Amino acid sequence: MRVGVITFPGTLDDRDAARAVVAGGAEAVSLWHGDADLKSVDAVVLPGGFSYGDYLRCGAISRFAPVMQSVIEVANKGMPVLGICNGFQVLCESHLLPGALTRNSDLHFLCRDQEIEVINNQTAWTNSFKQGEKIVIPLKNGEGSFQCDDQTLLMLEGEGRVVARYVGENPNGSRNLIAGITNAKGNVVGLMPHPEHAINELTGPSAQGLGFFTSILNAMVK
Amino acid sequence: MALDTVAIAQTTPDNSQPFAELGLKPDEYARIKEILGRRPTSSELAMYSVMWSEHCSYKSSKVHLKQFGEKAPKSSALLVGIGENAGVVDVGQGYAVTFKIESHNHPSFVEPYQGAATGVGGIVRDILTMGARPIAVMDPLRFGPAEAPDTRRVLPGIVAGIGGYGNCLGLPNIGGEITFDETYAGNPLVNALCVGVMKHSDIKLAKAAGAGNLVVLYGAKTGGDGIGGVSVLASETFGTGGSTKRPSVQVGDPFVEKVLIECSLEIFAEDLVVGIQDLGGAGLSCATSELASGGSGGMKVQLDKVPLRDPSLSPEEILMSESQERMCAIVEPSKIERFLEICKKWDVTVTVIGEVTDGNHLEITWNGELIVDVPPRTVAHDGPVYNRPLAQPDYINQVNAQIVNVPIPRTASEIKDAVLKLAAAPNLADKSWVTSQYDKYVQGNTIQSQPDDSGMIRIDEKTNLGVAISTDANANWSYLNPYQGAKLALAEAARNVATAGARPLAVTNCLNFGSPEDPGVMWQFAESVRGLADGCLEMGLPVTGGNVSFYNQTGTVAILPTPVIGVLGVIQDVRTRTPMSFTQAGLDLYLLGETHEDLAGSEWAFLHNQRVGQSPDADLQREMRLIELLLEGNSFFAAAHDLSQGGLSAGLTEMVLRHKVGATVALENAGVELLSETPGRVIVAIDPAHTSRLEGLAIKNSIVITKLGTTGGDSLIVNDVVISLAELSTAHNSTFPRLFG
Repeated sequence: MRVGVITFPGTLDDRDAARAVVAGGAEAVSLWHGDADLKSVDAVVLPGGFSYGDYLRCGAISRFAPVMQSVIEVANKGMPVLGICNGFQVLCESHLLPGALTRNSDLHFLCRDQEIEVINNQTAWTNSFKQGEKIVIPLKNGEGSFQCDDQTLLMLEGEGRVVARYVGENPNGSRNLIAGITNAKGNVVGLMPHPEHAINELTGPSAQGLGFFTSILNAMVK
Repeated sequence: MALDTVAIAQTTPDNSQPFAELGLKPDEYARIKEILGRRPTSSELAMYSVMWSEHCSYKSSKVHLKQFGEKAPKSSALLVGIGENAGVVDVGQGYAVTFKIESHNHPSFVEPYQGAATGVGGIVRDILTMGARPIAVMDPLRFGPAEAPDTRRVLPGIVAGIGGYGNCLGLPNIGGEITFDETYAGNPLVNALCVGVMKHSDIKLAKAAGAGNLVVLYGAKTGGDGIGGVSVLASETFGTGGSTKRPSVQVGDPFVEKVLIECSLEIFAEDLVVGIQDLGGAGLSCATSELASGGSGGMKVQLDKVPLRDPSLSPEEILMSESQERMCAIVEPSKIERFLEICKKWDVTVTVIGEVTDGNHLEITWNGELIVDVPPRTVAHDGPVYNRPLAQPDYINQVNAQIVNVPIPRTASEIKDAVLKLAAAPNLADKSWVTSQYDKYVQGNTIQSQPDDSGMIRIDEKTNLGVAISTDANANWSYLNPYQGAKLALAEAARNVATAGARPLAVTNCLNFGSPEDPGVMWQFAESVRGLADGCLEMGLPVTGGNVSFYNQTGTVAILPTPVIGVLGVIQDVRTRTPMSFTQAGLDLYLLGETHEDLAGSEWAFLHNQRVGQSPDADLQREMRLIELLLEGNSFFAAAHDLSQGGLSAGLTEMVLRHKVGATVALENAGVELLSETPGRVIVAIDPAHTSRLEGLAIKNSIVITKLGTTGGDSLIVNDVVISLAELSTAHNSTFPRLFG
C-alpha cells in the first residue's frame, strides 16, 4: 500500500508524516507540489507547515498547485486524503471540506499536548479508534480556529461529520470544539492536531496518533 | 549622488568623507588611507565601516578571546574551531554537529518582533553555511523588570518573533532561559542558538578557492533594510534621546529562508559548491571579503548584477544592506548549470555576480566602473585591534564586603510563604506562556525540551544517537565576581546536560556586556573570558565559537555582565536518558552535593533587592566528579534535576509539578537549605532497591549525598509544612499569564 506525502514549498512536517506512514505499515511516497503525477498512490497525506509562507491566506496558494488538481480529482472519486494542520487548511481552500481555519482566539501560536475525542470512527483515517476514544496528540498552530456558518455546522453535526473534538477548555476558539471533520463520503479528513507527532512516547506525548495511519490500511483492506 | 570610483578617488585625495557618521574613528580612517595609498571610494568606505565595526571585527574583544585558543584543552572532538561560521564537533558514528549562539540584542529592543525573528534567521544560516541541516534552536532571553510597562511591549514581541520565524522554518525550539532584571530595561538580550547535524565529509567552509570559479548570490533580493545594522545599531550605546533607529533593523521572511535551507541542502548533497558564506551582518561586504580572503585571495564582482527589491539603491547601500535570507556560494563553472536548476526547482532567485581571481584584489564594478579595489584581508581580518583600558570597578569591593541580609524563614507559615513566593517569582515561574508559542515537535526527533534541564535531539533514528544542549548564565554571580560567574555558568550548563545522561563535549558562548569604552565593563569582560577559558581548560571542553555583544547599556547604566554559556553533550542512546522528574510514588529522593549558606546572588536575595556578598567559588574538580556520578547512575536513576536559581525550593517545586506527583522531604535547617544556591547539586530519584548502587557511586566519586525523602501524594511536604500541588501549581503557573496574557 502506497501513501503519498505532499511537499509544498514551506511544508514542514513532511518527513514526520512519512515516518508515521511507515510506522503505520504502509510505504511512504514523496509527492512534489509542482508535479501533477500522484505516482500510483492509494492515499494522500497533506502535512503541516506554512506552505507558500501562508501568504494571502493559509492554504490559499497551495490549492492551485499542480499536485492539488490531481488530489481534488481522486478525492472526489473516493481516494482517502488526510490533511493535517496546514493540510486541513489546504483542503478547506480546495473546497474538499467546508469551513475555514482562522487565527486562534487568543492570537498566539499554540503548541501543546491536546486531548481530543474521536467522534466519528467510520472514516478511512479513524477506523482504528473506538468511538468516543480519548487520545492525547500535539496541537501546534497559529490559525487553528475552525469556523463555518450555522447551516454548515448543523450539517456537519447532523451528518456525523465531526471526526474529533477538543476535550476540556477550547484551545483556539473552534466552533463546537471541532478538531477535525470529514467529507460526506468519509474519505477526506481534515485534522488540526498532529497525529504524526504522536507515534511513540520517545518523541511525542503518546503513541496514540498512530491510529490514523493504521486506519488507512484497514480502509484499504476492506 | 555621483558615482565615486577608484579613478576619481585617485584624483581627489582631499574630498571630505563621512567616516565619523559611519562609526569610524579618525585613526581608523587614516589607516584605511594608508592601506589603500589613497582615500577610499565611498563604496570602500562603506565596506570598511561595517567590517571594522565592533560587531564584525571584535576589535575590543580579540585580545581577550585569543585565550580560548591558547588555553584550549586537547580535544579530539573538534573538527572545525573558532573563526569559521560555527564550530563543528565529532559526535561519533560519522556524524558531526555544529552549534553556535549569537546575539540580536539591539535590533530586538528597537523592533522586538523583527529583531528577534532575524536573530533566529541569522544563526540558522550560520549553521546551514557549515553544510549542516539545522535541527533545533534555543533562546536565552533577558528582560527588564517583569512588571515594567515596556517589558510588556518587548517580551511578547520578541517571543512572537522567535516563534513566528522558528516555527515557520520547521525547527523545534528546545530550550532557553528567561530572566528579568532592571538593568535589561532598554537593553533586552536576545541570544539565539542553533544546532545542526551533518556527516563529516559534508563540512563546508567559507573560502573562495580556484581562480575562474563563479561567485553566485542566491536567495532573497537585496533591499534597503538593515543598512548599517552592525555599525549603527550593535556597536553603539543607546542614547536617551535621538532619532529612531528602526530603519536599521532587518526584516525577515521565514518562508524564503525555509526554501533557502532545503535548496541549499540539495545543492550540498550534490557537492556543487567549493565554498559558501551566508549574508548576515555587513551583508555583501562581509561575504565577498571573507570568502576572498579565505580562498585564492582575489575576486571580481559586478555589483550591478545583484537583484534588487528597490532599484534605487546605491552601490554603497547594496554593499551595506543586511537584507535577510541571502547566501553567497563559490561554484565551479562545470557545476553551475546544475546549481541553477536546483534553485529553479525551489523558485530561488540566483545570479552569478562575479568570479574568483588569483592575487590580492577584491575588485567590484558598477556598470563597468571600478568602485572597489581593496586587499580583501584588510577588510575582513586586519581591522583595528584595541587593548582597551580596564579597571576593577569600585562596586566590586563594596558589594563583596557586605553580607547578605535577608530574612530566613523559620516557622511553618514562613517556609510555606517562601516556597510559594519563589515558585511565583518571574525568574522561576512556569514559562509555558512563552514556550507554548514555540513548536517543539517538528522534525519528530525532540526527546527533551523546556522545562527540562537540557534540550535533547535524536540525530539517528536507527542507533538512537543524540545530543543534549543547555545554555546558562547567572548574571548575579557574574556581577559579584565575573571570573567565578563564568566558571559557574559553564559548570551549570555542563551539569544540565549530564543530568539527562549526556556527556559534555564542547562549549559555545554569547558574551553580553555594556560599553567596552568603560574600563569597568572591560574588566568584567576580561575576567569573564579568563574564567571561561580557565574553566574550559580544567573541564577539558573546547570552545568552538561564540559571539560578543557590547554596548548593552543605556547612558551610564550597563547590563549585568551576562556571559551565556552553551554546552553540548552526546548521549549514545536517547532511550536511556534520565528525565527531570518522577512519575511514580515510593521513590527515594537524594541530594547529590553539599548545601552551604550560599545566599549571595541568589533568587531569594534578588527578591529582597540585595545584590551583595561574595559569589560561591566554582569547584570544577568536584563538578566533574558529579558529572561522572550522573553518567554512571543514568542507568538506574528514575529522575535527575539540577539545582540552580531558587535552590532546593525551586528544584522540588519543578519536580513535583511536572507530573503532579508530590514528595515528602525532611530538612534539618529548612529555611537555609531550601533557599541556598550552593552550586554543584542535583536531586535524583531512585527505586529504594538501588540505594547501595547510589552509595557506591557517591563513594567512588567523592560526592556527598543526603537522603531528602520520598515521592508520592498530592502535596509537597517539607517537615511539618504541607503545600498542596494545587496551591503550588497556581502560584507557579499564573505569573506569566497575569503579566503578559
